[in-house]
Amino acid sequence: MEQVYPDQQGRYGDFGGKYVPETLMAPLQELEEALDEAMADREFIAEYHGVLEKYAGRPTALTYADKVTEILGGAKIYLKREDLLHTGAHKLNNAIGQALLAKRMGKQKIIAETGAGQHGVASATVAAKFGLECKVFMGEEDIRRQEPNVFRMKMLGAEVIPVSSGRGTLKDATNEAIRYWVANCEDTFYLIGSVVGPHPYPRMVRDFQRIIGDESKRQFLEGEPTLPDYIYACVGGGSNAIGMFHPFLEDDVELVGVEAAGKGVDTEEHAATLTKGDRGVIHGSLTFLLQDEHGQITEPYSISAGLDYPGIGPEHAYLFDSKQVRYEAVTDEEAMDALKLLTETEGIIPAVESAHALAQAFKEAKDMSADKTILINLSGRGDKDLATIMNHFKGEE
Amino acid sequence: MLTQTSFQGKLNKTEDLFIPFIEAGDPTPEVTIDLALKLQEAGADILELGIPYSDPLADGPTIQRAAKRALDNGMSLQQAIELIPDMRANGLEIPVVVFTYYNPVLRIGEEKFFKLLEEHGAEGVLIPDLPHEESESVRELALKHDIEYISLVAPNSEERIQKIASEARGFLYCVSTLGVTGGENQLSSEVTDFIQKVKEHSPVPVAVGFGISTNEDVQMIRQHADGVIIGSKIIRLVEAEVENLKDDSKRHEALNRFYENVRELVE
Repeated sequence: MEQVYPDQQGRYGDFGGKYVPETLMAPLQELEEALDEAMADREFIAEYHGVLEKYAGRPTALTYADKVTEILGGAKIYLKREDLLHTGAHKLNNAIGQALLAKRMGKQKIIAETGAGQHGVASATVAAKFGLECKVFMGEEDIRRQEPNVFRMKMLGAEVIPVSSGRGTLKDATNEAIRYWVANCEDTFYLIGSVVGPHPYPRMVRDFQRIIGDESKRQFLEGEPTLPDYIYACVGGGSNAIGMFHPFLEDDVELVGVEAAGKGVDTEEHAATLTKGDRGVIHGSLTFLLQDEHGQITEPYSISAGLDYPGIGPEHAYLFDSKQVRYEAVTDEEAMDALKLLTETEGIIPAVESAHALAQAFKEAKDMSADKTILINLSGRGDKDLATIMNHFKGEE
Repeated sequence: MLTQTSFQGKLNKTEDLFIPFIEAGDPTPEVTIDLALKLQEAGADILELGIPYSDPLADGPTIQRAAKRALDNGMSLQQAIELIPDMRANGLEIPVVVFTYYNPVLRIGEEKFFKLLEEHGAEGVLIPDLPHEESESVRELALKHDIEYISLVAPNSEERIQKIASEARGFLYCVSTLGVTGGENQLSSEVTDFIQKVKEHSPVPVAVGFGISTNEDVQMIRQHADGVIIGSKIIRLVEAEVENLKDDSKRHEALNRFYENVRELVE
């Protein structure tokens, strides 16, 4: 029953579609045709898997977190270690897939948007590796928050284009990348970093990220007699979560997506799109988003730049609406506490994004019996967040 | 079924059309009414009334700035539509086409949106992020409420041109170039071929917009199309007078200078 959606129009139930200016309809059509052709070509798939294995370091490990399991005293906790992937987060899976597709389509220039900078770094990395010209659009606020990643992108040869509109975060960077693509779609490939945007992007990014779930399924059954009872992943746009969840959708596993509650879902400062948002169109797709009473998109907030996005991928909107996945929201504070716990007990500094998934999982694991098993997608490592982490724990020493 | 739509009833001619764009609430709601009237005086045949939006994907920096000025003043979709009767009361006779992104329409509800348009005397609507494939329900509602749904075609629309153009209502908006509004334009011979192709399939006047900013551009488009749409350049003329337009004692003079500049652009 897998892959019944999206349909021909790129719909996941009510969600998805192509809400874009007429000028983008042709390049989206061109992309969809090239994508379908590539995904049906064994050589392309083999090349993609080859690069993932020999260059990116797949498969990534599945780690039994024995210490934290013991401390929490509940379910057995496993971590899918996307933090061990080259460049430090799951983003590279997708960037490799799309870069190979760009090359196949004869496009020598790629553009990307980035929030935390992980997708920007992944894009700059594949551009360097495959000899493509790369521009990365990044909000000015994010440039400030994620300085090390800006430096990495520049070292890798990418041009980082600061975006000052709005609050200078991922939403604004995405707007600007789309505007640039409208004007340059003839020779430029837009490498979107999450399961957002107009069809076929949400499907394409999912298909390049589902390797996370496919691998996890195999690895989990090597150590345990059955699939995990619960799987947790953080959700901004939602690419690591879809990548992890998708292969498990038909299984008897409770899937939990974790949004950023920022300073609390009852404050103005959060990025909890499903928990607090409404239906609407953002970046070419019908989904849930944070907006005001007049339909103006509002500015989200999260301590994590990667979750600081007012929309969410349309497939998540569908999974939420059809109750196939449960979505929760955790605050900055809870995420940072989980980050600290994992660091101290397991010797792994997770990305602040991933710490949101950890926080929800830890909260629930405590109350589970010892025969339950849970799997958390550790989507990235925390090296990029050291300044944020130091700032947060300042004064506690 | 109406024999003539309200749009057609208000449109005085079907060629050599001048279609300016202004942003509702930029810089204030009162000034928007004044600007609409000045544009009519300067020869506008259709008014495009822009609804400010937080994330205007099809627009360049000029219209983004206009949207920000209007939003900072609290302008909304409903308030903007409510300006139309005030424009009419002050003498505006040309058709008004409301230009809005789709999300504010979804938020207010499609039915309510079209009811508001009809009740407040708008004649058309243009939604730049709602391509033909996604617009079926909206086009049906538009028809029901006697509102012309304005479609767009782009230079890369190719085989879509025939479908979109043949179903066009009101006027057909030809995007002159790949890009966002307000960019540099090179009106090449390819553009004239494109316009020609669109005209072959369109039952309604074909107007060209995006990046038209000089009198030369206007003259050139006039030779090939039925109308010229000018957005960012008009907004820049507003922007140049923005402080004066907000000042009661200086508004009259500023509006006259705006009028002269618009005349120079289109005469």
